[in-house]
Amino acid sequence: MIDQSAARASVIEEGLRESGLTDVVILLDTELLMRRIVEIDPDVILIDLENPSRDVLDAMFQVSRTVERPIGMFVDRSEAGMIEQAVEAGVSTYVVDGLRKERVSAIVETTVSRFNAFDRLKRELADTKKALEDRTSVDKAKLFLMKRHEVDEPTAYGMLRRAAMDQNRTVAEVARALVSAAALLDKKP
Amino acid sequence: MIAVRAGFIPLVDSAGLVLAAELGFAEAEGLDLSLTREASWAALADKLAVGAIDAAHLLAPMAVASKLGIGNAKPAISALMSMSTNGNAISLSHSLYEEMLAVSPLAPGAGVADKARALGATIRAREAAGGPRLTFAVVHPFSPHNYELRYILATGGVDPDLDVDLVVVPPPYIVEHLEKGLIDGFCVGAPWTLVGLREGVSRVLMTKSQIWRFGPEKVLGMRESDVEAGHETAVRLVRAVKQALEFADEPANRAKVASILAAEDYLDLDPGVIGRALEGGVPVDEASDRPVEDFIVFDRFGSSFPWRSHALWFYSQMVRWRQIEHSPAAARLAADAYRPDIYRKAFENSGVTLPSANSKLEGALGAAAPAGSTTGRLTLAGDGFFDGRVFDPNDVPGYLAGFSRSV
Repeated sequence: MIDQSAARASVIEEGLRESGLTDVVILLDTELLMRRIVEIDPDVILIDLENPSRDVLDAMFQVSRTVERPIGMFVDRSEAGMIEQAVEAGVSTYVVDGLRKERVSAIVETTVSRFNAFDRLKRELADTKKALEDRTSVDKAKLFLMKRHEVDEPTAYGMLRRAAMDQNRTVAEVARALVSAAALLDKKP
Repeated sequence: MIAVRAGFIPLVDSAGLVLAAELGFAEAEGLDLSLTREASWAALADKLAVGAIDAAHLLAPMAVASKLGIGNAKPAISALMSMSTNGNAISLSHSLYEEMLAVSPLAPGAGVADKARALGATIRAREAAGGPRLTFAVVHPFSPHNYELRYILATGGVDPDLDVDLVVVPPPYIVEHLEKGLIDGFCVGAPWTLVGLREGVSRVLMTKSQIWRFGPEKVLGMRESDVEAGHETAVRLVRAVKQALEFADEPANRAKVASILAAEDYLDLDPGVIGRALEGGVPVDEASDRPVEDFIVFDRFGSSFPWRSHALWFYSQMVRWRQIEHSPAAARLAADAYRPDIYRKAFENSGVTLPSANSKLEGALGAAAPAGSTTGRLTLAGDGFFDGRVFDPNDVPGYLAGFSRSV
């Protein structure tokens, strides 16, 4: 497996191991890729679609004498749906001749689902991080207003919400602006 | 508005698509053109194959190979027009360049053939001394770069498959590979030749325009099945891209073109490097810092026309380097990858000058010359090969028989 993301690679590797595929080699960089692939002599090569080294693998179709067995990309017409899913998920698969088709299907399925799961995880993590940051800003902004105007918390929040509606922005955006302005007010020139 | 998703590789000759989207040429044709940058030609071809994108900036031989069903076989892709001419160059590491000068000094003003022979002599001298083999990089097996480099190596008496290692390295990594000593030279497109110069790691041996005065490079590709299902989108896209190419050719527009292409969503590079590529500011001759004429061309001399003889020249190279075996049926298929019919349809009754023929002798014009056309106003660019050979698209075996190691 060729993947520049070590985290994703380990997630996928774990999935492959769970389905009984224990002989997984992960390449995180693509230096001298062709030479290393020849040494590893894999049955299947999985590579991130966004990896620029895809063209190196395409070249291997041309120079099959550099690899013991010919390699073909997994574009069997009867599996058209699967390859589309793979491309959409961002996975390219190269299969060395001689591996049973059902076996390949299982590998690709596992990889694609892990790939998607990793993507989801990454998105969720980013969302959570953002929500947390938003909440921190809103809390800080509320505190600032409560001190400044000597009001209670619901009133301070009401002020933020009104400003957000007036300016057609979110409460978090208004809070962030207020917090950064407040920091400036606190600073001595 | 017709929605069109197009993919491109961050190279100067993606200008046809980028400017069509950025400067409103696509919109004026009723197209809602959205662009996605891709990391590799293979990914671009995959996305085109499965319908994740509708059109693409492609290496011309990739369209021909797809029609022939060779390589990483995919549905056939039609080349609707040429997006660029020239733009590539062969560069060597400083140490290899010095080694070459020590083996075979180059007289001032040495030509392509002299340089090819000097490089060949260097490779043989290395072999005789028991030195390590040299490694050269190109960007894809079905690329003009591959055929250009092989042409030059073979001219120097070098067998590109036996005497050196030819590898594929993606353009963004190519300069770094040279710096680390993993490769000794490369043939790459604009702006990467200039990036190598800027980083001070490479020297230009020769440009593509010196090998083939007006050599085709990238095409605009669409799935053949989509083109067959209805010409409307293809025709509008060709019109929009041609306007963008005309804009890009104009010297007065260079600064603007460079600044648009330099943006983060496109090439994400210093506009200065892109501007120098557009100007041909590539030092190939110590004695002169004159810009290389026609270093990269988009549509000048009507060169966006998809000549079937270009498809056949690439086919001849596939045969020469044993990517496919020649047969008259294969040659017909190769020619069919190019779609002058769509290009003609896009500009019928438009005042745009179109050539009378779909195919021509390649390499026959020593200088610009008038040619038969719909308006009588067509001048074709000089298109000579460095070795004076002429390619007759109707006689691929005859052309190849003239080379020492061919079919």
